[in-house]
Amino acid sequence: MKLLTLNFLTCARKTCKATAASFPLHCREVELEQVEMDPNPLFIKNMLPRLDWKAMKGLTQELGLPQLPNEAPSEEELQGADGEPTQVLNDLHTLLMETSVVSGKLVCGNCEYEYPVKDGIASFLLPSHMV
Amino acid sequence: MDYLIRFIQMHESFRQLEIEALAELHQLQFEWLFYSNESPFAIIRFINTEDPEGAAKSLISRSILSLAIHELWGIGTDYPTLHADVRHRTQHLWPQYLHSTFRFEIDAFHGSHSQASQRAIIESFSYTAFQGAIRMHNPDNQFTVFEDYTLNTTVPKRVYHGRRVAESGRKAVTKYSLKKRRYIATTSMDAELSLVTANLTLAAPGKLVYDPFMGTGSFPLACAHFGASVFGSDLDGRSIRGKPDGRNVHANFTQYGTSPLYLGGFVADLTNTPVRAAGRGGGRLLDAIICDPPYGVREGLKVLGSTRAALQEVVYLSDGTPAHLSQSYVPPKKPYSFVRMLDDVLAFAAGALVDGGRLCMWMPVAGATAEDEGEEEGGEEYAVPLHPALELVGECTQQFSKWSRRLLTYRRLQDSVIDHDRLSAYQTTRSTAQNGTAESKGTADDLNDFRRKYFQGFRDPTIPRKHERLPHTF
Repeated sequence: MKLLTLNFLTCARKTCKATAASFPLHCREVELEQVEMDPNPLFIKNMLPRLDWKAMKGLTQELGLPQLPNEAPSEEELQGADGEPTQVLNDLHTLLMETSVVSGKLVCGNCEYEYPVKDGIASFLLPSHMV
Repeated sequence: MDYLIRFIQMHESFRQLEIEALAELHQLQFEWLFYSNESPFAIIRFINTEDPEGAAKSLISRSILSLAIHELWGIGTDYPTLHADVRHRTQHLWPQYLHSTFRFEIDAFHGSHSQASQRAIIESFSYTAFQGAIRMHNPDNQFTVFEDYTLNTTVPKRVYHGRRVAESGRKAVTKYSLKKRRYIATTSMDAELSLVTANLTLAAPGKLVYDPFMGTGSFPLACAHFGASVFGSDLDGRSIRGKPDGRNVHANFTQYGTSPLYLGGFVADLTNTPVRAAGRGGGRLLDAIICDPPYGVREGLKVLGSTRAALQEVVYLSDGTPAHLSQSYVPPKKPYSFVRMLDDVLAFAAGALVDGGRLCMWMPVAGATAEDEGEEEGGEEYAVPLHPALELVGECTQQFSKWSRRLLTYRRLQDSVIDHDRLSAYQTTRSTAQNGTAESKGTADDLNDFRRKYFQGFRDPTIPRKHERLPHTF
């Protein structure tokens, strides 16, 4: 599961969704993996305004990854004057697209429920007393 | 100039919607001058375009249900009227093709010609006086005579002449054929309709598309073919994880060279979805949602939860630990109503799609066709579901012998144009329905009309079979 995708996900319990603590999910005992791939600047540019930047920054702190600035970079910072991708874009690409969670647990900050991740696939299934 | 689209004569109800979607995607405006579900030839005219030829190329490049687009040189009800029209429309163009290499072809729909009569037709165009060499491979220009016959007649009812501008994207159908895909399952959507559905979602580079019933990933694969980034989920984790020999959703993306566009899959239930709605730091997330929800026939239609009273509380194992924390715990699932599932998809789409974002969703219909002999009860068990924040763009139908399925396409409206009285009324009705217990219990058949009819063979059980009703005549 890419770190970008983590920014789309909250606790699956209906009762948790209204609470601020249910997003973002917290990583516990996670194993990360980095797979190199070609950057997709257009996609990153489109995703920037839809990301919860605070959650993204919190995640990098939790995982001990290089720190993000306090504010999301603007569109102009992604592309240099020569049209080439900037370092900002490359760093975002590495973080959002190339880094993924292979195994571990995603924990809701509100109900403490742990969602397991195995082989890069997270499971958000809930026992019947929680739905 | 006007343009002729040569469609394939299949999935007719999808064809116009596909072209209109591609026009929206490329920001092109055009009008249909002629279109009929009975004919593979349609005529369009671009509006407000400086470069209609470029527009024609962009419009057709991704199309799955057409073969090519041609510059229209003439139309006629027979050859004399065609020739007159060709002279009238294109005489001023002939000099520019005078010395280019060319090829001449005849495309007869529901008809055929001997070689001699093909030659005679081609030579009847000799008044254009092209002097360039004839090349069968890679000619500068390809000219085609199209003939449209009524089935089993010998004289075409309409003839067209055109110069080919561009081929469609239909080759992708072969590339994505399920026969050659590494990992498929019983309900994988065929390549052609997956790609058409992806076109209707306006999947394109830079966009984010989500499939909440991903299965083996047919739809996300098709969207990635058009450059969109995709992710998906499924209630059945086995379909995403795949087989021990490495056949899984990710391997499919690797096979087609689109794995950088695959953001991953996870196991989840749409009625308890972990995908966040808008309203936190970020905005609405998705450019499109594409799905084929389980019909409850070959794939069970289930959601998380249980109908058993004992499972509504935490269950403890004999050693005192809660069962759901054990490694081998499998969460129980219960049957669900198809109508409610469709409403859940719509409500989710309203909360997750960006303005103008599209939802494409398939649903089954029993007994389908109006032209059928009327043997079926003709009942459509599911009305087209609607949501105040979603505008229905169109419906397409795929016929099978005893049932059919519909592809519904919606567009997310801007908040400013949504009727807020309708929206709040809708939300009240919906929460009442959700809290009601009437539909939360019951067997799969009680909850799902389509499933029940399917297993009854789409007959009214109270009416005996046809042959039993035949009157005795001596």
